[in-house]
Amino acid sequence: MTNFIQQIVSGLASGGIYGLLALALVLIHRSTGVINFAQGEMATLSAFVCWTLISHGWAFWPAFGATLVLSFAGGLALETTIIRPIQGGPLLGIVILTIGLLIAFNGLDTWIWGGAAKQFHGPFSTAPIRVGGVAFSKQDLGVIAVAFVVLALVGVLFTRTRLGLGLRAAAVNPDEARLVGVRVPSMLALGWGLAAVLGAIAGVMAAPSLFLEPNMMQTVLLYAFAAAVLGGMDSPLGAVVGGLLLGVLLNLVGTYVHWIGGELRLATALAVILAVLLVRPSGLFGRAAARRV
Amino acid sequence: MSLLELQGVEARYGEIRALHGVTLTVDEGDFVALLGANGAGKTTTLRAVSGTVKTSGDVLLDGQKLFRRTPEAMARRGVAHVPEGRGTFSTLSVLDNLRLGAWVHGNAEPRELAHVFEFFPRLYERRLQQAGLLSGGEQQMLALGRAMMARPRLLLLDEPSLGLAPRVAREIFGVLGRKNETGTTIVVVEQNATLALEAAQHAFVLETGRVVLGGDAADLRKNESVRRSYLGY
Repeated sequence: MTNFIQQIVSGLASGGIYGLLALALVLIHRSTGVINFAQGEMATLSAFVCWTLISHGWAFWPAFGATLVLSFAGGLALETTIIRPIQGGPLLGIVILTIGLLIAFNGLDTWIWGGAAKQFHGPFSTAPIRVGGVAFSKQDLGVIAVAFVVLALVGVLFTRTRLGLGLRAAAVNPDEARLVGVRVPSMLALGWGLAAVLGAIAGVMAAPSLFLEPNMMQTVLLYAFAAAVLGGMDSPLGAVVGGLLLGVLLNLVGTYVHWIGGELRLATALAVILAVLLVRPSGLFGRAAARRV
Repeated sequence: MSLLELQGVEARYGEIRALHGVTLTVDEGDFVALLGANGAGKTTTLRAVSGTVKTSGDVLLDGQKLFRRTPEAMARRGVAHVPEGRGTFSTLSVLDNLRLGAWVHGNAEPRELAHVFEFFPRLYERRLQQAGLLSGGEQQMLALGRAMMARPRLLLLDEPSLGLAPRVAREIFGVLGRKNETGTTIVVVEQNATLALEAAQHAFVLETGRVVLGGDAADLRKNESVRRSYLGY
């Protein structure tokens, strides 16, 4: 029983990271229909930036804050300089471009920081704390807390603010959005900026347990795809719930189904994608746009 | 004082020319109907004003020539365009749709919302529902209500009665009449010429991308060719 609870908590922690990255994927997908394959590498780049600041003597939280600001600016710049010129062209072109970005960012990371894994000291100690005989790692609990705070902030942004209303309008119906005066291109750029920030949070939260190296987020990105598909590619809430469910599921299956173990973890995630696409293609929270004729 | 002026406006969709030099004037406070057969260029005329189609020729607002007409910029200048087919944000709530109408003013004021709900009580009952789940008539009300939230000087409507029950269509035109009385200038494209000529003060008839006839709505109602072509008696 103790082990069961521990597995759930550590599953929630890794699931929180999948969920944050999935949220980034969903933000871009629902406004442009594009799957940003470079999202994971963007997150790794952000984590490297944070690591560099820390290794120059910055404390964690200021370094983290600066990383988020830089990531936001980077996402914004990426959209306006590279994505926007081919926006409106075939989707496949943009998707291939994001794959190109994946390779470019990966190369950039290796070129600047080298391929060797670096130890990343996060804000949460790895020391366990005991609650009624069960030991949890502070790191896990911290990541879970961060994931929930971020989800709440994103929720408030989207449903309670004017900016969120504009972002949703531009995503749902760009032509109509322009007619009411929403600057749709700015909204798309903001979407990329936000996605980059979410990715940065995922990357920095993942780095202490995964070790920082250029390929750090590649498998995480696959889990994030699975999480996004599970929750619904167009549902921000679904992305996070999908991530948490996936994290817990993978941990439990890995622990209790012996023939799966650790080796088939990724295959299990892909099986989840397949199963969702077969049974409920719009995901748990996704909805086909309601239309009455 | 003319609010809107089109001088020799041409527009094309790729190879196809939709407007062959449309010239017309809409006065401040006017209620204008655009009549014409399918493909005559009525919709494109509205789109030329709101900047949703590329044009040549001059479009003047308040006597000032407008150069860069994007839909966003025109919305800021007080032009609200309700396109054909009840363009709403289908997955957003009715309330969010209305809030978006007031986008150019910042946040929607409760007073404006109350005003729209006064005109359309049914929208109030359904304010938390997804717009896409409303009936056709309710969606048209929502599209109109959203345009009202922008407090526009110039309201452009494309086929507001399309597919609606006659009673609902009259309700919509009744609201347009009341908005017009309080100073909103209205240009409406309408297949139902009887309804349009009853509501409007002036009308223009378009044929193959040109204005071929214009004048008082009352006079046009008596005009032999308008009666035969558009009123059917």
